[in-house]
Amino acid sequence: MTVTESRPRLTPAPPSGTYLGMPAFPKAVKAALDNQQLRKNLHHATSVIRAKRATRASEVRNWEELRVAGEEIKNRVGRHLDQYLVQAEKAMTDAGITVHWARDAEEANRIVIDLVKSKNTPEVVKIKSMVTQEIDLNEALEEAGVAAWETDLAELIVQLGHDRPSHILVPAIHRNRSEVREIFLEEMKQWGTPAPEGISDNPPELAGAARTHLREKFLRSKVAVSGGNFIVAETGSLVIVESEGNGRMCLTLPETLISVVGIEKIVPTFEDLEVFLRLLPRSSTGERMNPYTSIWTGVTPGDGPQDLHVVLVDNGRSNVLKDPVGREALRCIRCSACMNVCPVYERAGGHSYGSVYPGPIGAILTPQLRGMASAVDKSLPFASSLCGACNEVCPVKIPIADILVHMRNKAVEKKREHHPTVESLIFKVVAWIFAKGRNLAFIQRFSKLAGKLFKKRSHFGPLPWPASGWSNARDLPVPPKQTFRDWWQEREEASK
Amino acid sequence: MAPGTGKTVALFATCINDTMFPGTPIAVVKVLERLGCKVVFPKDQTCCGQMLTNTGYFKETVPIVKNYVKAFGDYDYIVGPSGSCIGAVRHQHPMLAERAGDQGLKAASEEVVKKTYDFTEFLVDVLGVTDVGAYFPHRVTYHPTCHSVRVAHVGDRPYQLLKAVRGIDIAELPDADQCCGFGGTFSVKNPDMSVAMGSDKARNVKSTGAEYIVTGDNACLMHITGIMHRMKAGVKPIHLAEILAHTEGDAA
Ligand code: SF4
Repeated sequence: MTVTESRPRLTPAPPSGTYLGMPAFPKAVKAALDNQQLRKNLHHATSVIRAKRATRASEVRNWEELRVAGEEIKNRVGRHLDQYLVQAEKAMTDAGITVHWARDAEEANRIVIDLVKSKNTPEVVKIKSMVTQEIDLNEALEEAGVAAWETDLAELIVQLGHDRPSHILVPAIHRNRSEVREIFLEEMKQWGTPAPEGISDNPPELAGAARTHLREKFLRSKVAVSGGNFIVAETGSLVIVESEGNGRMCLTLPETLISVVGIEKIVPTFEDLEVFLRLLPRSSTGERMNPYTSIWTGVTPGDGPQDLHVVLVDNGRSNVLKDPVGREALRCIRCSACMNVCPVYERAGGHSYGSVYPGPIGAILTPQLRGMASAVDKSLPFASSLCGACNEVCPVKIPIADILVHMRNKAVEKKREHHPTVESLIFKVVAWIFAKGRNLAFIQRFSKLAGKLFKKRSHFGPLPWPASGWSNARDLPVPPKQTFRDWWQEREEASK
Repeated sequence: MAPGTGKTVALFATCINDTMFPGTPIAVVKVLERLGCKVVFPKDQTCCGQMLTNTGYFKETVPIVKNYVKAFGDYDYIVGPSGSCIGAVRHQHPMLAERAGDQGLKAASEEVVKKTYDFTEFLVDVLGVTDVGAYFPHRVTYHPTCHSVRVAHVGDRPYQLLKAVRGIDIAELPDADQCCGFGGTFSVKNPDMSVAMGSDKARNVKSTGAEYIVTGDNACLMHITGIMHRMKAGVKPIHLAEILAHTEGDAA
């Protein structure tokens, strides 16, 4: 989305280009792998949070039962989503919330823009929300002449840094504190209260600067925009869990609150909610309980926002629900445990995934939500060594590795829909080799020949294409002159 | 027990071991026979098919699933020296048959899958041994490969077996639970990432001062030592089965 050049921007401009225009994953990681600072930041941050999660999960005696409960509740929601949504809509409406439905990003953005415009306000404050990033709401608002201010500390760093988030929980995980100091010094003054002169890179000082900078925006804004971690269908209650209290400011000070929520965020009852309020903080920040949990059920006269709206967003989710394997990804509660434990994410960083959802969940969810037309979306299901570390930590037991493999199958079938690809022809040959013992034995003649020809060496060094993919950095052992099959045959004959 | 008087075991050598690392299945034969088993090698066998499955070629893998059933269906114990291949057979074969709409194959596959064991599981769970009479007077470090742990669920069986080896000096591998970055076709589809992960693993291996890096999966081992050999790191690869096969009689 581009803003007409005649008007100065109301908020810091994000980097140019779109997620969809980003290069395929193997290409995108090159820069990240060469960035020692990024790798150090990520290694440190993910190791710390990984260890915290492991400790907090291990303290809960029935952790595995909780995970199963989380899985089953979310599966039930998926099976009866139509009914739960209608139930939630009714409960919310009865409580005084205006409910809106949005098929896609454009509809959702239009609804929010119209609501904000009707309030005659030039700006909104925002609580960290993944779905509003997914629909690129901030830029849609900017274009409509409304400034959207992120109030989560890390989101503020990202916004002021003309940057994109690289993690769903810690969006500025790729930045270190001296970078944050520079961003604050340079940018805060352009968009509001400046950072104090002579500020150091000491985290409490940086947080203090952010607090002061945000304070005027909290006090001034008439409208807040939030996401929602859960909607309880039976009562129509919205739930947001957070750590900084900025969310609570947004949920209480403005007159109007617009909550944009994905349709999969439903939980049937309050009792069900309990399961997730235990699973989520331990899995995400590695805390026993998150510092702030806000639950609101409609309007309370004289207390908090008096005009409440909920925008229920589909944006590809019903399509995901159609796929019996892929749909398991909709259980995700956005805790980020899978990316914190992922060795690929740890080295690639979030930006390489070309999606607001990076890491393992991004690799399975993004190509389902967006389809697999772009280079980056096609490459995402392959952006994993299938080590399965994510499966083990996911609090709702999403079989991420299995879904990756399923998505690979979809990618392969799509690519050869009209004509076979070179790769598919190679794999036809591979399939033939492995279809029968005698085919494999036939092919082994060539490996044994190579073993005889190169009998003087133990390894091959760098080789030309197509072996270069392997051998650019790895030696390849020379095959043996005798296969196991031959050894066995020889032994059998000798014993006759 | 005298060789051949105990259980009959069908050896699933796996394609990569059969072709590239025959020393490993030979070691399995040696250990099993030493423990009294009768080992057979069904010649129809090929591969678990995971290279195809995990790259997304489901249709192409179905004949491989069929072939596995054909090769091994008649045996009570099917044993292979690879957590990854055994994991793939158990976790993916029935799914592939189901996807192909072949209920008969699915049922047959489910049967044969139940009788398929990783080498370490067979030793510890079925034969009930951890001390297999091995002797290996060297400093080694063990990398628990991801699929052996997270798909085949071999648990600490490899450690139990290693610890019982006489003369061995086991060095703890830092960040042992981290993937080495092999990942099958991932290693060539995402070569930079794969090597970045592998070189971190190699650095950890080197830091232990071990002479040998041990795993239960030769494919991962080929990747790790491919990097280490290029680095001239001087650490030798060895499959767990080959350590277990080694006795005082063998030249140390
Ligand atoms: S997929 Fe699971 S682990 Fe990853 S963010 Fe979602 S809920 Fe958390």
